[in-house]
Amino acid sequence: MTNPTLPIMLALGLLGAFTLTQTAHAQIITVHQAADAPNASSPTSMPGMSPVMMDQSTWLHGIFNQLEGRYSPQATDFRWDGEMWFGSDYDRLWIRSEGTVANGRMDDGQHDILYSHAISTYWNLQGGTRLDLDSGPTRAWAAFGVQGLALYQFELSAMGYVGGNGGAATRIEGTYDFLLTNRLILQPNVELNAYTRADPSRGVGSGLSEIDTGLRLRYEHWRKLAPYVAVTYNTALGQARHFPDNREANRTALRFAFGLRSWF
Amino acid sequence: MKHSLKTPPTRRSFLASVGAATGLLGLSPRNIFAQTPPVQTGQIPTGTQSDWHLNVTRQSITIDGKTLNAPTVNSTVPGPVLRMKEGENISISVTNHLTEETSIHWHGLRVPAHMDGVPGLSFHGIAPGETFTYRFPLKQSGTYWYHSHSNMQEAQGLVGALIIDPATPDPLSCERDYVVVLGEWTDVSPAEIVSNLKMQDDYYNFRQRTTASLPAQSQHDGGAIPALKSRLMWSGMNMSATDISDVSGVIYTYTLNGIAPHTGWEGIFQAGERIRLRFINSATMTLFDVRIPGLEMMVVAADGNPVEPVPVDEFRIGVAETYDIIVQPHENRAYTLFAQSEDRTGYALGTLTPHTGIRAPIPAMDSRPVRTMADMGMDMDGMDMSDMASMPGMDMTTHHTPMPPHHHMAGMKMDKMDMSSMPGMDMKSMHHGHHMHMMPGMHMDGMGNMPMHSMDMGHMSMSSDSKMQNAKSDTPPPRLEIDDPGPPPINVENQNIAAHPIDRLNDPGDGLAQNGRRVLTYKHLRALTPAPDQRPASREIILHLTGNMQRYIWGFNGRKFSESGPIRLQRNERIRFTLINDTMMEHPIHLHGFWSELENGQGAFNPRKHTIISQPGSKLSFLMTADEPGLWAFHCHLLYHMDLGMFRTVSVA
Repeated sequence: MTNPTLPIMLALGLLGAFTLTQTAHAQIITVHQAADAPNASSPTSMPGMSPVMMDQSTWLHGIFNQLEGRYSPQATDFRWDGEMWFGSDYDRLWIRSEGTVANGRMDDGQHDILYSHAISTYWNLQGGTRLDLDSGPTRAWAAFGVQGLALYQFELSAMGYVGGNGGAATRIEGTYDFLLTNRLILQPNVELNAYTRADPSRGVGSGLSEIDTGLRLRYEHWRKLAPYVAVTYNTALGQARHFPDNREANRTALRFAFGLRSWF
Repeated sequence: MKHSLKTPPTRRSFLASVGAATGLLGLSPRNIFAQTPPVQTGQIPTGTQSDWHLNVTRQSITIDGKTLNAPTVNSTVPGPVLRMKEGENISISVTNHLTEETSIHWHGLRVPAHMDGVPGLSFHGIAPGETFTYRFPLKQSGTYWYHSHSNMQEAQGLVGALIIDPATPDPLSCERDYVVVLGEWTDVSPAEIVSNLKMQDDYYNFRQRTTASLPAQSQHDGGAIPALKSRLMWSGMNMSATDISDVSGVIYTYTLNGIAPHTGWEGIFQAGERIRLRFINSATMTLFDVRIPGLEMMVVAADGNPVEPVPVDEFRIGVAETYDIIVQPHENRAYTLFAQSEDRTGYALGTLTPHTGIRAPIPAMDSRPVRTMADMGMDMDGMDMSDMASMPGMDMTTHHTPMPPHHHMAGMKMDKMDMSSMPGMDMKSMHHGHHMHMMPGMHMDGMGNMPMHSMDMGHMSMSSDSKMQNAKSDTPPPRLEIDDPGPPPINVENQNIAAHPIDRLNDPGDGLAQNGRRVLTYKHLRALTPAPDQRPASREIILHLTGNMQRYIWGFNGRKFSESGPIRLQRNERIRFTLINDTMMEHPIHLHGFWSELENGQGAFNPRKHTIISQPGSKLSFLMTADEPGLWAFHCHLLYHMDLGMFRTVSVA
């Protein structure tokens, strides 16, 4: 990684997350009058001991929501979209990675390294850095946003990015699980990418630039390893369609895919 | 029959189950059972004993084809039945042969704090290789049990029954007397179960509402529109109406005395004999609904304490509770002991039979319960206050404390209430804590300027007789100090507030109402003897049971154990604990070291329990006397709820 902007982007992202976290914290009501309220002097007849509990444990989990081959008469791509996190109930290191391998080239590789802090029942604030790291020119962004469960059980991630090619960007991604049966699950997902400034060498146009959407039908014989079939649609939009070397724009966007959803 | 979830029995697993059941004894040189003939599981040893040596070892145990290197007491799952006699001084030496710390907690026993067996409180735990001798006088009798309080060993089989004979001849003595230890068995490690639940809270639930189940639900709900509305509403709360048990029969084999259903435990009887069955729920995460088709069960003791006999067809037993029942089969045939898990993903099974090898039909499991608005604490219909209509002239003026304006009653709509129909009722100077506290679901935020005398209390239920007696007694009760945190915050650790928590003591539990059988409720329980301490409470501590199921965090008052202080009690203080369950699940709440006198309206005869199921969306209270100094555990007995935060230290000094 030779990009000199990386540390700056990381610092900016973390600062943004920290500021937002502090604001969010102020809204949580603290209970003082409860009989079990925290206090400085806990009685203990066994100095240095307390019951072994797991409520401050750390956990490591990761998931590949997409790990699939996308087929069309013209070309076959391999696509992944996954994330993993390590940490406690409140504070986690969160890594996201997605990308495409097409014709032996890695495209569209976006990797977020984030500090994640739980701020509400269902939401986490996240901040850190995003690296566009693939066979194109590398870009580094400061990243911050939210991730969590919206009402009606929509999984949602909304991130804002600054830096990169000197502009700002946003990525919004949502998924939903429809239970056809308890093991056969239909999952629509949408990912939108928008940029304030064009970056033709990465095939990125200003405005809404890319959409990646799919409808995946998975079978959870095992929760942790579920094969699926999918119809996916991805394309460059608007200005980005007109870049002559934009491989995405020139390809059939509607494709059939096979994949595995897996997690640990 | 839903048993198809499990692997079919193999000869190997069958033999293994029998092996586990009859006890792989004599492995340790210090095993005192090696000197006595092996006892059939479920059978109570013929004599009592006051000196015990127990060995905690890892032992390969296979039940239903699932092999586990399980922590065991004297190499069996469940451990040996310990039979003791009230009044004796007991000595139990426990040697830890594991490579990790262990401990044994005597569940329900009133012992000194340092003998209670919770590492980190008033006891160090038992280090590997160490022997710890528990010594205490037995001040009680009845059916109890013991289990490890270390490293989730309890989930892997470190449990056993403990029977204490009364000092005087047992009036309930029967021709047959069996222990029935209900449990669950899996080869999935507790750590993995917790980790899976952390990632996906419905990991073990394969009974959710789906597209495929919509027609059936529509039929039940009276049309597709109500069915869809119900789904949207639950989905809008990010919750699931089918969230019954966090861990299910998908991985659990439910066991009776350590035996899987396909093998089945047997209790022998002869027609006409009275059989006492001492049910103990030693499971980690499963509430059981127990019945014996064809037999009326007489409930005679709850959590070790005798109660006035209640004839029932079925009862729910929460994790860690015990019930003694007496049955008297007159026919010379077999009867099935049927204990289905609350979520109906499986059952534990046994047979009462006149001849070994005979089986009775196995009933079909009921359909799984579905959570309702009552479970979310939003059931306005459930505010049954009709009892108060029968209390004309109720005098509430003898009490002194003005009602705290922000107390308890937030969210209750008072605008439609007309109290004028209640003659002689004056609530202006009512002692709030004594009278209003059992009114289900009442919150009176902003009631300060409301003319109380115009309120209709004609439907309110005053469920506690004792309170009414107090109200009429000559000596004014002590000033009641109320420790109320108010509604817990909706935060990372809490998903819901029960806006209208209700009294569910006369509710047998989700899935049991209107099933055509007589099902035990807490309201039925009445102690045989009055509680020794009849003082009214001088302090009421209100605790909300909270949790975020989606993140799998549990706690009280919206906080986990590690973020909370101890609950400090004065020695000999009389305390009322009020539990408001803001979650949509049952929590069997266990207070170590003391009796919890459940305020179910029986006054001086309120039943004394060690574990109380708090139903979802409910409010209940119990009294206790802090007569034993030390640090005590207070927690939900669902193991993964406890370990993830639903735990408090109670300090008596």
